Amino acid sequence: MTALELSRLQFAVVTVYHYLFVPLSISLASLTALLQTLAFRSTKRSGAASPEADGRTGDPRWQRLTLVAGKLLMITFAVGIVTGLVQEFQFGLSWSAFARFYGDVFGPTLAIEGMLAFFLEATFLGLWWFGADRLRPALHLATIWIVAIGTLISAYVILAANAFMQNPVAYTLDPATGRARLGSFADLLTNEVVLAAFPHTIAGAFAGGGALVLAIGVHRLRRGDPDGRWRLFTRVGAWTTFAAGAAVALTGDLLGKVMTAVQPMKMAAAEALYATQAGAPFSLFAVGAPGETEPFFSLDVPWLLSFLATGDPTATVQGIDDLQAQYVAQFGPGDYVPVVPMAYWSFRFMIGFGVLATMVAAWVLWRTRKGRQLDPGPGLPGLADRWLLRLLWTVPVLPALAATAGWLFTETARQPWLVFGLFRTADGVSPGLTPIELVASLAGFALVYGVLAVVWVRLVLRVAHTAGDDPAPAPAPDDTDRPLVPSY
Amino acid sequence: MDLPTLWFALAITCWVLFFVLEGFDFGVGVLAGALGRDDHERGAGVSTIGPVWDGNEVWLVAAVGVTFAAFPDWYAALMSGLYLPFVLILLVLAARGVALEFRGKGGTEAWRRWCDGVLAASSLVVAALWGAVLGVLATGLALGADGEVVGAGLGRSLAPLVSGPALLGAALGVGAALLQGATFLGLRTTGPVRARARTAALGVLAPVAVLVALVAPMGLVAVAVVAVLVALRREVLAFAAASVAVALGVVAVLAAHLPVVLPSTLDPAFSLTVGSAAASPGALQLITIAAVVVLPGVVAYQAFSYWVFRRRVASERVAS
Ligand code: HDD
Ligand code: HEM
Ligand code: HEM
Repeated sequence: MTALELSRLQFAVVTVYHYLFVPLSISLASLTALLQTLAFRSTKRSGAASPEADGRTGDPRWQRLTLVAGKLLMITFAVGIVTGLVQEFQFGLSWSAFARFYGDVFGPTLAIEGMLAFFLEATFLGLWWFGADRLRPALHLATIWIVAIGTLISAYVILAANAFMQNPVAYTLDPATGRARLGSFADLLTNEVVLAAFPHTIAGAFAGGGALVLAIGVHRLRRGDPDGRWRLFTRVGAWTTFAAGAAVALTGDLLGKVMTAVQPMKMAAAEALYATQAGAPFSLFAVGAPGETEPFFSLDVPWLLSFLATGDPTATVQGIDDLQAQYVAQFGPGDYVPVVPMAYWSFRFMIGFGVLATMVAAWVLWRTRKGRQLDPGPGLPGLADRWLLRLLWTVPVLPALAATAGWLFTETARQPWLVFGLFRTADGVSPGLTPIELVASLAGFALVYGVLAVVWVRLVLRVAHTAGDDPAPAPAPDDTDRPLVPSY
Repeated sequence: MDLPTLWFALAITCWVLFFVLEGFDFGVGVLAGALGRDDHERGAGVSTIGPVWDGNEVWLVAAVGVTFAAFPDWYAALMSGLYLPFVLILLVLAARGVALEFRGKGGTEAWRRWCDGVLAASSLVVAALWGAVLGVLATGLALGADGEVVGAGLGRSLAPLVSGPALLGAALGVGAALLQGATFLGLRTTGPVRARARTAALGVLAPVAVLVALVAPMGLVAVAVVAVLVALRREVLAFAAASVAVALGVVAVLAAHLPVVLPSTLDPAFSLTVGSAAASPGALQLITIAAVVVLPGVVAYQAFSYWVFRRRVASERVAS
């Protein structure tokens, strides 16, 4: 493989890996803050009403659930941090030509993200986790909300940087060097792509965190639930995933319309639509490769594509062949068609896995409505139900697959461009880099990231099996290492 | 002062803050396992950095971000030129970060021992690697006309690491981290760990003095000051002096060639200068505003966090 191919592979592996944890960090931070707010409010309302509650804990169930979500957050955040650090270096490591071209736009964005968001997240997460018994409850609650806000800021800013690559705005080209120069930062932050991609990505993130909470809740629910806390947990997770699923569909539709306007080739590839067509159908499923030629069988919904792309069922949607001809005229000879099967299938996997997760969440909500118990009991509502229950632990995988497919689609269907219409991927790779260096680094990432994944799963399973049972209401920083003697 | 020069100063400030703050983090990472005789004592050592290490590491994110923003060419040449060393640093930092964060979440003592081992090994290696990188930067990289390091194969980016300056830098990096870590532990713990930390600080002073004498004899003054303060048990001042010494060393390396920011060992004409590597005025103005608005707040809340966790961590067992 060439240095270019290896660099692309490495970028994809490392970034997708980072993004397995990012959505969970984003959503778990907000969910933990929400649970702690409920705990805080119940404290204020109840005083020390319940026998188990001291003036500080109120309804002990919320407090315990906060701790469960918080543990998941801490474990996930750690992996997000160390893999995110790699991202910060990557643009210089193997994409130095791109860094030179785009540095004026991307550098400030990344620097501002670090100053504005990562300091907040890192410092206040430390304060939150270790500060439970040192900060006043209201201040302690504020720290976790600050973390949650920090994750949203960092998501927004990095997505704005990515949006520039999808739809370059707010730049000029330096006549001497041919490099992009930052124009208005405000315009960069209000790129129409980021305005649509941010709500979509955040909704997708909440689908992921909700599904993890749901799965753990159901797992514990089935082992007994004397005070009803796992039922609460399950329903918080199910509602989150259900609402997020709806939001993801709505915002995704919006994003698709924006994308059709700014990168028609990407959306044509997503549909494997070769010929320009009025009243174009949406293909649900195709047999035969939707690749070089038309698929020989495709299950179509008439007019739907035209409607999704533009809001008008009879509108004309441009096909790949026309667009290729148009780009040749515009940018010179070359192949401007991305890998169509990749675009077609990743788009469908994204939607499919997302819809599946939303349906599961809806089913759980239905089954636990109005105080109902989940476990069907012997032979009751049928075998299918029991199998579903048994398979519920796999739900968190679905949004992760959907998000991965979404990014694979977003990034690969932009090819051959790295910055659409402006800068080609092939021109971005570090000129001095040799393939053997990339092979070595890829092996290193594979090894370390592989171990990280295994350890992360083990720790999450440990939380799933044991957390929330411990009597201690306040998050203990460590099982053993509490500072014992305050002195100087 | 023009904007590029101001940003050169600010970028160096971020790097210095990173090296100072993570310097003691690395030192504590190595020493917590070595100075703690049992699970509890080791835990006490790790607890001194538990709440703050991530905030410290973000100074690396900031330093890299600011370097990228203000001097894209410097960032591009540095990262791609020292490709494998930086990949190594990132992998080791990854292991270190999760060892710290996961330590208390596995439930068993065996698990904590594992994490302590990874933490110590990774802290040691990463301190050496950063020291080596600084050693390399003191002399420069084999930059060609296009600003990229020339060469082929693994040696292109790895060879600089086995040069004389790099090896000296690695040894100094470890020495400095241990000195900072030991004085920090002396400052933040009580009981046996505090006592051993003092012994450790005295122990690393001699080898550090030898290395400093080799590199910059003037630095011996700083080493002597730290030695006196440790001997006098002035813990706060000893840690402060060790940190100031590290800061001065980093400034000396990074600002040695001004206005050149990254010297080429092939031809001075290929060196990157403050002027030639700088971003456009618009970008520099933007990050200036951002830095002026945001960084004072960052410093304030990080200081608040150190204040919240200001109590010493007990390393002796207290009957409960
Ligand atoms: C949609 C959101 C999103 C996206 C697209 C990315 N990240 Fe990320 N990143 C986050 C959202 C996030 C986060 C939720 O804010 C994290 C997760 C854990 C954390 O520390 O913050 C994070 C961590 C994180 C960190 C560590 C911060 C710390 O030490 O606390 C860095 C340096 C980056 N990211 C940088 C990047 C870069 C350069 C990306 C571009 C490829 C990237 N991230 C994609
Ligand atoms: C976090 C979510 C992201 C994911 C999961 C992601 C995924 C990917 C994938 C799969 C590729 C490989 C595409 C290919 O094979 O050609 C890629 C390429 C790339 N992406 Fe992204 N991306 C993300 C965000 C970003 C952001 C925010 C940026 C920069 C601002 C970015 C910059 C790049 C670059 C430089 C490449 C390499 C060139 C290429 O092959 O297209 N990505 N990304
Ligand atoms: C249900 C209907 C959905 C629709 C119509 C939809 C639509 C889209 C579209 C058109 C894009 C391309 C944007 C671009 O090229 O930049 C996209 C990207 C993406 N999708 Fe979806 N999507 C859906 C579901 C999901 C789900 C369930 C998830 C995850 C839980 C998800 C996660 C993502 C991500 C992470 C990206 C890439 C980031 C971005 O640029 O937004 N999507 N989606």
